[in-house]
Amino acid sequence: MMEKDLVVIGGGPAGLAAALKAREKGLKDILIVERGDHLGGILNQCIHDGFGVEIFKQALTGPEYAHRYIEEVNEGNIECITNATVTELSKDRILKIVSPMGFLKIKAKAVVLTTGCRERTREMIKIPGTRPAGVYTAGCVQNLMNLGGRMPGKKVVILGSGDIGLIMARRLTLEGAQVLAVLELLPYSNGLKRNIVQCLEDYDIPLMLSHTVVEIKGAKRLASVKIARVDENLKPIKASERMLKCDTLLLSVGLIPENELAEKAGVEMDEKTGGPCVNEFNETSVEGIYAAGNALQVHDLADWATLEGENAGLHAAEYAIRGVRGNRKLKTAAGNGVRQLVPQYYSGKQDLLLTLRVSKPEKNKNLIIRDGDRMIKKTFHKELIPSEMIRLKMTKEEIENTGGLTADVEA
Amino acid sequence: MPEKTYDVAIIGAGVVGCSVARELSRFKLSIAVVEKESDVAEGASGANSGVIHTGFKEPKLSLKALYCSEGNRRFPEIARELDVPYKKVGTYTVGETIEDLKKLEKLKEAGEAAGAIGLRILEEKELKQREPHVKGNFALLAPEGGITDPHEYTIALAENAAQNGVIFYFNNEVKKIKRKDGLYTLDSGKTKIKAKIVVNSAGVQAGKIAELAGNRKHAVNACRGEYLVLDKKTSNLITGMIYPMPPEKTGGIGVHLTPTIGGNIIIGPTAEYINCLEDTSTTAERISELVDGARFLVPEINPKHVIHEYSGLRAKTVKAGEANKGDFIIEENPGMFIQLIGIESPGLTAAPVIADKVREIVGRHLKLEPNKKFNPKRNKRLKFSQLSDAEKEELIKKNPDYGIVVCRCEQVTKGEIIESLRNPLGVGTLKGIRIRTRAGMGRCQGSFCMPKIMEIFRELNIKELTLKGCESSICVRDLR
Repeated sequence: MMEKDLVVIGGGPAGLAAALKAREKGLKDILIVERGDHLGGILNQCIHDGFGVEIFKQALTGPEYAHRYIEEVNEGNIECITNATVTELSKDRILKIVSPMGFLKIKAKAVVLTTGCRERTREMIKIPGTRPAGVYTAGCVQNLMNLGGRMPGKKVVILGSGDIGLIMARRLTLEGAQVLAVLELLPYSNGLKRNIVQCLEDYDIPLMLSHTVVEIKGAKRLASVKIARVDENLKPIKASERMLKCDTLLLSVGLIPENELAEKAGVEMDEKTGGPCVNEFNETSVEGIYAAGNALQVHDLADWATLEGENAGLHAAEYAIRGVRGNRKLKTAAGNGVRQLVPQYYSGKQDLLLTLRVSKPEKNKNLIIRDGDRMIKKTFHKELIPSEMIRLKMTKEEIENTGGLTADVEA
Repeated sequence: MPEKTYDVAIIGAGVVGCSVARELSRFKLSIAVVEKESDVAEGASGANSGVIHTGFKEPKLSLKALYCSEGNRRFPEIARELDVPYKKVGTYTVGETIEDLKKLEKLKEAGEAAGAIGLRILEEKELKQREPHVKGNFALLAPEGGITDPHEYTIALAENAAQNGVIFYFNNEVKKIKRKDGLYTLDSGKTKIKAKIVVNSAGVQAGKIAELAGNRKHAVNACRGEYLVLDKKTSNLITGMIYPMPPEKTGGIGVHLTPTIGGNIIIGPTAEYINCLEDTSTTAERISELVDGARFLVPEINPKHVIHEYSGLRAKTVKAGEANKGDFIIEENPGMFIQLIGIESPGLTAAPVIADKVREIVGRHLKLEPNKKFNPKRNKRLKFSQLSDAEKEELIKKNPDYGIVVCRCEQVTKGEIIESLRNPLGVGTLKGIRIRTRAGMGRCQGSFCMPKIMEIFRELNIKELTLKGCESSICVRDLR
């Protein structure tokens, strides 16, 4: 059996950063396993710009952003295999990999899981109706168009105003499709504001808030969708139903971290994030297995996935070289008005970056970090929205002697 | 318009049509199967629970009961011949009250009288041992209940029939039937297929086909059954098929849980009479009925684990609300037109027996000389994920296409996708690939693998990928 110091599963932004950081820390024998035919992951199909604003202070396209890291990986002589899929990962970090170069079995000192996420489907959100061609997830269409050079349809309805949905509305319009509307179930959009302006408003594409698709019609190819307004409980209002004729329905209705490998390896999972429970080292409950990027939690910016990957790579290297581990003594918790919080554990012995999302939009509210009844930190926010991840730096001094941390949006 | 003449033409490539085709291919006959869709099993044969029933709940002495119990006995051998998966998992009908227990005992007696073997009542302790996640205080166990993959079974029957000389015409909906000089002409507007004998195995459309042939007495009603499919992650929740007490008000067998060969759990079916013979929609009302029904049996089932929904249409000879459940109708009309009407559940199990009956009828009119070249064996497709590590290694060395995983959810390789396109029936649709390889049947429902399959098509120089034949293109044009 082959042995490696570190195997990084997934060569997207988080994985590339993890491998580079581990190399920087002196780790030698690193392997990146990428299932696509190129490194870069989903970045390769994101030909719009806006990547790198946080790290490079520059708006790059996805491939440009990926390229910066891929070049470094190549220069650093980090071994990569593409078109390769890890099919099994055990608790003791033995990986089985299917690749055109062969079936590989590798024992890794450390593993970083950066497997990204998948899209929620029409079936998951249970839209009733028939099952014709023409109903696709937004990321799937982004792949078809930007990597495959194919046009999925002519008359398009988009459900979900997340960023991928907004960006695809513009992309489809630029290629000559008619985007009839972007529907959003919630009374507010979950996309970045700049995307609502640049992708919808600039092209006069209507954003219909509090609307959803209640039925899909058409035998072979999509013929129409029945849409409806929803009430405050998000239930469709019968009287508001109407038909929109279209040949394509795009779904941008949420992302789910992909963690089938982690689950099979027995990693403790967080119901709320859909990713593993980690400590501030990005270490999972299984020794030597780390997680970062969209596999850990869905990010709004690739930059944040990169930084998270660096942290995982750093600590995976420390573990592989010196056996240094973090601990899971203290717990964090998502309190009132907070949907999710990462990391789920911390040591209290060093600075801590909390990343969290609120449950619903709020204005002029304090975000409070407390240890039981004791307030540790209070930050004021003019606006809090679920689609924007809050990154809160806690210093060692602040969290020393805490017995746990809870994040609340002040009532 | 192309014209071809056969001894026998079979309308409908469902499990019954394909069973009849395979059975008749044992003899020196020229046989055609005419199907309106782009593949086999596009109707109820591909949209059911995949259960090899025991028949113990069917009315005593009905054709359904008799054919089902015989079909159940014969299935293991057919599965061996055709290399089709078959697992005896047992059927549990669970009850909670003393009254339920009395009813189960009655059901047991009736089942035994109908010839079912091994039926017994399980006490709570044994039920909990066998099915720890199921809610219930006792259950009637029918150990002979089994499961198969209904798509794979129908494909296997059709492929074996094709290997033995049967010709399949897909995308040919029979629109006119004429009879002249002792021959029927089935006209689809694309092809004219002439035959001495016609077998009507058109499922829910069989009433319409009978009418085209001048027989107006068979009205077939569509009773829709909706299903939900759960993520493989939940497969540990049940081992056998879990049924509620037979619902007295609505009839039928109630929303039940069935483990599938592929490792999922399916929930369903509902029962709802509808006016349209084509409408395989799913509906919000039924989806929530299914979730409730499933959670009644196994409270741990979580709707967030639903990865797919589908529905199928039962071909019913009775109408909504009739107490009579209806039975299979197998009859020969003058002029050698064989009607197979009302073949609904347990049709999957009964299909080989129905095929025998058709053979007997055909034998009265045509001389059945054995086809010496008949080969009952058909081999299944290679499934990479089921190979041992050593076999995987070996295979990738021989053909690196098996080293590229195209469908991550079901771990289907590029080699398998390409191989599935070389099927004896000539089916090359996305749905065809799906049911032959399982690519796209997992939790992402093809979002990741569909673009990759399109790339494979480009590589192989195949012009267009459709979901299910004409008018169902995945994409409309190339960008540049």
